Amino acid sequence: MRKKSLISIRDLDKRDIENYLKLAERYENHFTKEKIGKVLATLFFEPSTRTNLSFQTSAKRLGIDTLNWNVQFSSTQKGESFEDTVKIVSGYADILVIRHPLEGAARFASEVQDKPVINAGDGANQHPTQTLLDLYTIKKYKQKIENVNITLLGDLKYARAMKSLIYGLAMFGANITLVSPKGLEMDSYVIREVKEKFSANIIEQNVIDLSGTDVLYLCRIQKERFSDPYEAEKIQKEFRVNMDYLKKAKDDLIIMHPLPKVDEVPKEVDKLKNAIYFSQAKNGVPVRMAVISDLLGLGD
Amino acid sequence: MSITVEEIDNGIVIDHIPAGKGVLVMQLLDIDQNYKGMVALVMNVRSNKFGKKDIVKLQGKTMNQKIFDKIALVAPTATINIIKDFKVIEKRKVAIPQKLVDVSRCPNPKCITNFESVETIFLNLNDSFFRCYYCERVFEREELK
Ligand SMILES: [Zn+2]
Repeated sequence: MRKKSLISIRDLDKRDIENYLKLAERYENHFTKEKIGKVLATLFFEPSTRTNLSFQTSAKRLGIDTLNWNVQFSSTQKGESFEDTVKIVSGYADILVIRHPLEGAARFASEVQDKPVINAGDGANQHPTQTLLDLYTIKKYKQKIENVNITLLGDLKYARAMKSLIYGLAMFGANITLVSPKGLEMDSYVIREVKEKFSANIIEQNVIDLSGTDVLYLCRIQKERFSDPYEAEKIQKEFRVNMDYLKKAKDDLIIMHPLPKVDEVPKEVDKLKNAIYFSQAKNGVPVRMAVISDLLGLGD
Repeated sequence: MSITVEEIDNGIVIDHIPAGKGVLVMQLLDIDQNYKGMVALVMNVRSNKFGKKDIVKLQGKTMNQKIFDKIALVAPTATINIIKDFKVIEKRKVAIPQKLVDVSRCPNPKCITNFESVETIFLNLNDSFFRCYYCERVFEREELK
């Protein structure tokens, strides 16, 4: 199944994803003691300590050395071109992990040099390993993804995690409910695409009703999206999960979040056994080990 | 009433352009005051098929695939007649290809193609919607130029 790079969830079909999830399971408790003589470079043009650490941990557990190149991208300040940076680091490493605020940056990077690239987030576009770890988590808790009732709640327009997640969920036949404030709905072309491709079962709502939900997936609603701070506050309050909403929920509901979370989840929710976002984040490690190992052909 | 335009010896005639798009087609072909050949733009001509249409005649102009793709995007109904020695030697109906290479900039200001020197690529989803190969956003045909 070996892929050249992992840039977008659109590059994967169902079999590819199933293989990654299976491989990840095998890596759950895997630690390689010896170095295998490979180098993984993380190039982060915007800060994301969490993602960067996750990739570095995955590499280390496979016996791979890591390099870290952190430069803040600025569209106004002229510096070395992105292309040059990528080419230089490509000379030092066997695989590149790229995070960049511009959309399409990772795809571009995969074309200007020969080493495999993993997209660790390009603007509002894609973050495929996040989607894989989300699917992995759902499968771990629910044993399957097909016909699982999942509610995506929050800013579905700008949240990159949601855009690729809906694609993965639709591919596996989950029942998807979208709940978002007015103006922050999922782009219609994304919905049209998954309906056409996978005949996805999607319901759009603007009220929170968790009674039939198996998985609640939350993401942030940023204040900056609203011009009126009063309006922002009101909507944040309205779309924050609270114990009242959860009272009506199933006992085995799981609550997921791509992290970092700020104040969209009250502290008392953290304490519930339903809140699994920290183990979700931990699942990023075996999933990224699976992707790195595939792209480097370690299993061959 | 009819308008007679002189025949051209060599060049191209672009027919069946949607009414009002003739000027745009001329712009795509870089026709301006410096063009040396004979140029005719006829607008709002009666057409059996379309009601009204525009026609562009360009003496001395040659075609390549990129120009062809660009015209397809703004005037998907157009036909292009290639003229040699006053005769139509080739007649082609434009068609939007599956992959549009370097015919439009990406309308997404956060797309990498607007920052690095790279040819844009758009994947034709259904002749009306196009996905940028890099930023993966979907655009309507009218947004590409
Ligand atoms: Zn683009």
